[in-house]
Order: sequence, then C-alpha cells, then structure tokens
Amino acid sequence: MTLDDILASLFPDGHDVKNDKGVIFGSATLRSGVKALVIGVADRTAVGLDEAIKLSGYVLDSLERETGPILVLVDSDSQRMSKRDELLGLNEFLSHLAKSLIYADMHRRPTIGLLYGHSAAGALLATGLATRVLVGLPGAAPAVMDLPSMAKVTKLSMEALEEKAKSTPVFAPGLSNLAKMGAVRVTWNDAGSLADQLDTLLANMPDAHDRRDALGKERGGRLKAAEIAERVRDLALQSQ
Amino acid sequence: MEDLSFQHRARERAGGTRQTAIIGVVASGNLEVLVERILSDAECRLEIKTAAVGFGEVWNAVIVDFVERYSPGGLKFSINDGGARPDTVSLRLAQAVRLIEEDDQ
Amino acid sequence: MTAPLKHAAQLSAERAQTTSFYEASARTRVELLLDSGSFVEFVGPEKREVSPHLKIFDLPEQFDDGIVVGRGRLDGSPVFVAAQEGRFMGGAFGEVHGAKLTGLLRAAREIESIPVLILFDTGGVRLQEANAGELAIAEIMRAVMEARTAGVKVIGLIGGRSGCYGGGGLIAGCCSALAVSEPGRIAVSGPEVIETNRGVEEFDSRDRALVWRTMGGKHRRLLGAADVFTDDTVQGFRDAALELLGLVGAFGLDKLQAEQVRLTDRLRSFGTCRDAIDIWAAEGISHAETVPDLPADQFISLANKIGRTSRDAR
Repeated sequence: MTLDDILASLFPDGHDVKNDKGVIFGSATLRSGVKALVIGVADRTAVGLDEAIKLSGYVLDSLERETGPILVLVDSDSQRMSKRDELLGLNEFLSHLAKSLIYADMHRRPTIGLLYGHSAAGALLATGLATRVLVGLPGAAPAVMDLPSMAKVTKLSMEALEEKAKSTPVFAPGLSNLAKMGAVRVTWNDAGSLADQLDTLLANMPDAHDRRDALGKERGGRLKAAEIAERVRDLALQSQ
Repeated sequence: MEDLSFQHRARERAGGTRQTAIIGVVASGNLEVLVERILSDAECRLEIKTAAVGFGEVWNAVIVDFVERYSPGGLKFSINDGGARPDTVSLRLAQAVRLIEEDDQ
Repeated sequence: MTAPLKHAAQLSAERAQTTSFYEASARTRVELLLDSGSFVEFVGPEKREVSPHLKIFDLPEQFDDGIVVGRGRLDGSPVFVAAQEGRFMGGAFGEVHGAKLTGLLRAAREIESIPVLILFDTGGVRLQEANAGELAIAEIMRAVMEARTAGVKVIGLIGGRSGCYGGGGLIAGCCSALAVSEPGRIAVSGPEVIETNRGVEEFDSRDRALVWRTMGGKHRRLLGAADVFTDDTVQGFRDAALELLGLVGAFGLDKLQAEQVRLTDRLRSFGTCRDAIDIWAAEGISHAETVPDLPADQFISLANKIGRTSRDAR
C-alpha cells in the first residue's frame, strides 16, 4: 500500500497529512471525533538529525494543545549513516525523539506505531519501538539488521544464516519475527478498512505499562526476558 | 564447541570461607572460571565448555598440574573458554583458587 | 571491628585511583567504584543464566551473559549498578543481558529514591539475537524514562573498550546525565559500518584520530553531549558519578523542551562544520587542533570554561 492509500484508508473523513522530503506531519479527525496527530517517516528515508529534530518538535508542540492519540507511520531506512550525523550527536537526536514519544504516551497522548514499509536499527528504536502499540500494516518489512550485513559480521554464509533462521525467530528480519518477539502487537490486513481496524485498536488500547516482554513469552519468541527482568526486579525490591 | 569433564582427588580442602568466586571473561584467547565450594573436602571437579575443539589432552595436563600444585579440595570449577592458551588457563585457575581462599567479608 | 574495615576502604580507594577504567573488567569497575565490600549482585554467574541463543551459532556463553547488575553504596548512599562487560560479545545487548537491566530499572522506578548507575560498554545489539536485543533496548529506554519520571536519577558512565554504540547510544541519550573519559566513544553507527555503507571518503574507520574527534569523549564533552569528563581511572568515574548525582534535577516536560532548543541550536550553529576541529574553533577554542593532546586536567578546565552541559536539557 502506498502512503496515500494508507492515509485514505485510515482517515476516510479526510486528513491534512503531508509528506515533506520523507517527513510525515499532519492531523486527522478520527471517527470518534477525536483529533489525532500524525507523524512519521516515508519513502524509506534514513532517519538523521534533520528528520529526528522535526519529528520531536511536532510531538512536543502537540502536547499542550490536544489529547488525542499520536500515530507514527513508518517506512524508513535505518538511521542515517554519515560523518555529519555522528559528529553532531545523532544518538541524542534519536533518543530525544523516542523520549518525546514516550513522554507523550505517559501523559495522555497514547502513541501508536504503524509500520507500513521498512525500518531498521536506530530508526526503528526512535519511532515504532518508542510507541505504546506497534502495528504491522500490509507490506511492512522491518529488520534490526539485514542478513548480508549479518553474514559479513558473523562470517557465516547467507545460506547458513537462512537455515538457522528457520529454527528461531530471534535474529532474522521480518514482521512475523518481530511479532513473535512481542514488538509488533497486532498485524492488520488490507481486506478491511484500516479505519475499522484502527477503531478496534483504539477501543481496546492496553494501558501504558510496557508488557512487550510478557507478550514475547506468550508468543514463544522470548522465553527468558520477562522472567529474568522479574527476578532482578524482585531481588532489587527485596534488597532494601 | 566441546564439553570436557575432569574429576580429581585433592590432598586437602581448599582454605578460606568464601563459597563462590568468579574470574575472567569469555573472549578470544580468554576464559571465565566460576568456582564453587560444594564438594566433599578431597574432591575436585572441572567442567569445561570450550570453543577450541580437540585439546582434551592439553586440558588434562594443565589440570593435573593445577590440582597437584593448589590442592583445590571441595571445589567445583565451571569454565567457559573462548580458546585461551594453556598458560592463560593455568593463570585463571590459580586466580580462582586465590579468590575463593579469601575469607568472606 | 572498625580498623580492618577502614583499611579495606583505603586499599580500595588507592586501587581505584590507579586502576584504568578502560582496562578493567566490568566486575573490577563495580568493585572499585562502589564503597568497599558493599556490592550485592542480582542473578549472578552462579545462577548460570546464559544466553539461550548462542548455541545455534556454536559460540561460547558467559555465566552472567556479559552484564553485572546489583546494589551497593556510593559514599554511604545506596545505588543500583549495571556494568556491561565490553569484552564478551562486544558488550552487546542480548535477551538475558538486556532483561537484567530492564528489571533493575523497573525496581528503581518503584522504589523512587535509589539512583541507577549504568556503566556502558557496548557495541549495541547482539546480532545473533538481533530482534531480542533490539527489543531489550527499546524496553530499557522506556524503563529509564519511567524511572526518571518517578524521580530516579539515572547516570551513565562511558569509558570502556567497546564504547557506547548503537542502541547503547540511544539508551545513553535517555539518561539524566553522562560522564565520559578520553577512551570513551558515543555514537549510533560504528566507524566500520559507516565506511562499509558510504565509502572511505565519507569515513575512514582506520583513522583513529578521526574516530576520536568525531565520536570520542573529549568531543562529546565539548559538544555538551556528556556533562562531565574524567581521567581514565575508576576513582575518576566514582567522583564523576557523585558529582552528577549531586547536580541532576527532576525530569519533566521542561527538560524535553529545553533539549529541543539545545539540539536545534546545535544544528544551527554547527550543522555545516566538516570536522570536530571546526566545531571546537567555532566554540572559541584557540589552537583547536591541540585538544586531542591535552591532558585530562587541562581539558576539564577548558571544557568547563566553554560550559556546555546538557543535564538540565535531556
């Protein structure tokens, strides 16, 4: 689905969302009458300093104005890989975007990530993975790292990696693997309207508690994370 | 990876009161040794997971030497090895014993 | 008996003053950073909670999965500590490794009054468990912000062999404040990755001086990306942690708004600079090219004179 198709399907009553050189920004009134802030990254654009600072600005500006959800549409590359971006402290810019989204989510503007294309690594951490609920749309193809790069670093062949990927969801790219991990909460299809599926989600939003590790355990993708975190937490609480 | 297991009788119990100690890091050319005071006084066991396959004989020689020199009675050594040289292995084993022979604070 | 305890504390301080933070293991850093004998570990190596994902790659495991977490005292006050072992799998975040830090932060959020020190030493996500590692980092970022919202001070210390790269750099950006030493580096993409993707003209990963000018501790301090610069000793980091714990204020929307201004200004001021030297010169440093060679104490004076910090704007 193209971005325009997605926007039309999400907001049948109209929207003012624009795509400015890969940075998505606008708003839409949902069927419930609530106004949503819509931001994101389009056209597989790499998320660098310039994109991140714009997006965080949109989030922070919106906080004192309204209280509807913030929808984060994602079709990005990884973080921008350049000398300039690192020189000027890209980690802070990406963190700042994530923090702004997390703050919004904790303060009456629930955040929903809508992954409709690609995303990877630092870009994914600053956008989709910084939302309360991450949804996979038709066509979504996220990756933490692509297999050719993994092959290079691990010194294994692509075939060997692909073979191993058959028996575990823990490293290979793809929506279903991230769903098994607990990262992607729900996957939408293009059979029904996206507006309907969004309405259903909004009516059933989980609270702001991060339970992705429990979801990962439920789905069999991460069997240790929830338990280990719980044990450390308990020991730390008891240590007083 | 290869799993190796060794069992020895020690002359006497390792000194000190500490129950566990750990030394080293798992990396190329390095190893970690976790030592626990959980066996009877004259027993010593070493369980090794090593990334360098086929060196059982070398491990055996290093360990025989180590047990003779340090008499680590009552101690179980659990080792994760990233392919360390024999002298590094000997060093870590000695460090582990020295640590567990300290007294508990 | 007080006499033996005092002796132990003195010995510990002497060792801390002469031990290189960079060279030390995670365990040694924790042992010498905290008050002598005060550290209690949670889910330590004797629990053998190793990564379940390395076997399939025929890789060796480490009993603590490369991170030491627990509680101790810093100058008498309780602190939670997490220290990554940068020499095991590059200090990278795996499922178990990450979960230990997540649990620690969640406890801190509930208790509210005990700060958290994170001794970063990481290349980012552990590729063999990429999805779990990435998610762990996302959960840690959330947990840091929830803890900070509850009033917890989260201090990052960066000076290890693996630096603070990838998702580690993003977690660092979520901390209340950061201390960094000369060997420390903070970035998202590593030098080799930039070179592989964009070519050697964009970034020559073998040019160490370039790597340090771009990502290293001194540059991060001058940029205001880190608040305190210390010499490469465990004592230096201990002092830095204490200093930051005394200075850090409460987290709120005002901090994020101030950060938006700080980062926008940085882009505006330095967005066309080709190299760190241009940035330092623009900051008013004469003979900017000598900054890398300045000894720690002179550099610290210089950095304090320039005066950029971010602890009220992060």
